[in-house]
Amino acid sequence: MAIFINENTPILIQGFTGRIGTFHAQEMIDYGSNVVGGVTPGKGGSTHLGRPVFNTVKGAVQETGAEASIVFVPPPFAADAIMEAADAGIKYCVCITDGIPSQDMIRVKRYMRRYKKVNRMVLTGPNCAGTISPGRAMLGIMPGHIYMPGRVGIVGRSGTLGYEAAAQLKDLGIGVSTSVGIGGDPINGSSHRDILEYFENDPETDAVLMIGEIGGPQEAEAGQWAQANMKKPVVAYIAGLSAPKGRRMGHAGAIVSAFGESAAEKVELLKGCGVTIAATPSEMGATIAKVLQARKAA
Amino acid sequence: MDIHEYQAKELLSRFGVTVPRGGLAYSPEQAVYRANEIGGAKWAVKAQIHSGARGKAGGIKLCRSDNEIEEAAESLLGRRLVTNQTGPQGKLVSRLYIEEATDIDKEIYLSFVMDRAAERIVVVASAAGGMDIEEISHSRPDTLIKVEVDPAVGMQAFQAREVAFGLGIEPELISKMERTILGAYRAFRDLDASMVEINPLVITKQKNVVALDAKMSFDENALFRRPQIAELRDKSQEDPRETYASDRGLAYVGLDGNIGCIVNGAGLAMATLDMIKLAGGEPANFLDIGGGASPERVTKSFKAVLRDKNVKAILVNVFAGINRCDWVAKGVVDAVKELEIKMPIVVRLAGTNVEEGRRIIDTSGLTVISAESLADAAEKAVAAVKSAA
Repeated sequence: MAIFINENTPILIQGFTGRIGTFHAQEMIDYGSNVVGGVTPGKGGSTHLGRPVFNTVKGAVQETGAEASIVFVPPPFAADAIMEAADAGIKYCVCITDGIPSQDMIRVKRYMRRYKKVNRMVLTGPNCAGTISPGRAMLGIMPGHIYMPGRVGIVGRSGTLGYEAAAQLKDLGIGVSTSVGIGGDPINGSSHRDILEYFENDPETDAVLMIGEIGGPQEAEAGQWAQANMKKPVVAYIAGLSAPKGRRMGHAGAIVSAFGESAAEKVELLKGCGVTIAATPSEMGATIAKVLQARKAA
Repeated sequence: MDIHEYQAKELLSRFGVTVPRGGLAYSPEQAVYRANEIGGAKWAVKAQIHSGARGKAGGIKLCRSDNEIEEAAESLLGRRLVTNQTGPQGKLVSRLYIEEATDIDKEIYLSFVMDRAAERIVVVASAAGGMDIEEISHSRPDTLIKVEVDPAVGMQAFQAREVAFGLGIEPELISKMERTILGAYRAFRDLDASMVEINPLVITKQKNVVALDAKMSFDENALFRRPQIAELRDKSQEDPRETYASDRGLAYVGLDGNIGCIVNGAGLAMATLDMIKLAGGEPANFLDIGGGASPERVTKSFKAVLRDKNVKAILVNVFAGINRCDWVAKGVVDAVKELEIKMPIVVRLAGTNVEEGRRIIDTSGLTVISAESLADAAEKAVAAVKSAA
């Protein structure tokens, strides 16, 4: 069933009635996502876009049976919204918000550990474009029409670079099972490694495209995990080959501050782990095509 | 966001960290006056710039008389100090910090960082103070002590003691050391820092624990709730190209090449720079205009890129998702007309309404080159720069 979401997943919008929440909720509804309602504290009992509005996530979950949520709450209140979702029993949460303080995310990650693994919410983001299972459901802000349904999983930090990859695949007639944005922040809900594990266990995914960037340890961890645990091929592109050390390249987390965090070092490490590298960002699609061909031939 | 040493010391001292007595000076006369206020017979005159390694670059001078202080101040003020962290253009010295000299018995390295692997604040300490952390990790890794702080309860006193004993501090100084470590931790936590580095933290001959140098950086995403920290920003320490862009809400990083870049999304922007390099060119900047590329933001971006006089060509790469290519194309055409840009501009559009977008570019009557793909755009931009030269 792809990963995280499909056409049946009941979805809640946190920050439903705001300008941004309203716009993207409508886009998701138009795409066919099963949006069952939204939360805006103080506006409970009203109706918005033909769906009920609730004061609390807990109330919304009780009434609608929502399993997934998407957070459009502004940075000062976003951490609180994520923890509220985790506490209300939401299974999968995407946080779109860009600009959450790092210490708030540290607290969110610590808070989520109070739940047993089986009950623990999976968070992707913040500062991401969301998740889409093409042709089934969209839980994000991406242009849905550039994704063709298929059997390649995408995990990446960046929104538009992910679009670039999906468009390259579509041009080659290759579709996507699910595309997951993990976001550009230094502390995020799920890592590249976490998402690779979901794709490895998904019978509807044949190969994975991992789009990484400079900064942090996650691409290296993912490579090592893939080498030890994955049967499916992984293709990676790492953005920021030309980024100078110590400079933040747009994303809060895109900064080379320690050994092993530059694009060149990550590429070398991933190669050593048996990951196929797309040498340039314009070859992400072609590299996946090659890997799929080789797999078919074998 | 970085701040100056004297600002970091003032903040840390509010949290119980002992710092030497000192005062700020903007002129040689003030420097002498401050030294006399402080008293004693030996002072350090320290250039205040946003960089480490100031000592090696001649930015810190030990003085023993009014004359020496005046000379040191004259030689530093107004100068651009070049360290191994500033780049060749250096950073302008417009403030000096005059500090009483300290009798050093022992130097310690102490820092607090946001550790991305642990997803926690981590304390890093070493008995090999005075060296920078890369040197220590390389030549004295055996001296490194790391302690993770559980965000649920914060740093505990026993953790500070473990660090102190691990550093080989003598027993009668342990409580002072504990107060310093916990104080610096609380400063990090309560002020939303992203880094606190006290190097060296010294044990004086008088048996005090004193922060001789201090560096603090702050989480820019948290400045909304730290207005007193946001006020400490010193724009004279920034690349003026970057200040101009950040004041207009654009994420811009100045680089050394000649191809200006305007891209939506940080990842795609980095990928575009990579593509230019691979095509044999050099990007002049990183610029992310954000997910939505409204005509106003496109115009602002052109203005920001054009402030860099090295720019010989501009590459616009927009993947229109929620917005539409025709809208972005109109923004580009309007900006080029309004700003009367004469240099070559390569535009690559992708996503929603791409055909209409390209038609607007191609029929604009302007010398704008449209490109099909990321690779095509990079090659055309590099070729445009070469033919212009």
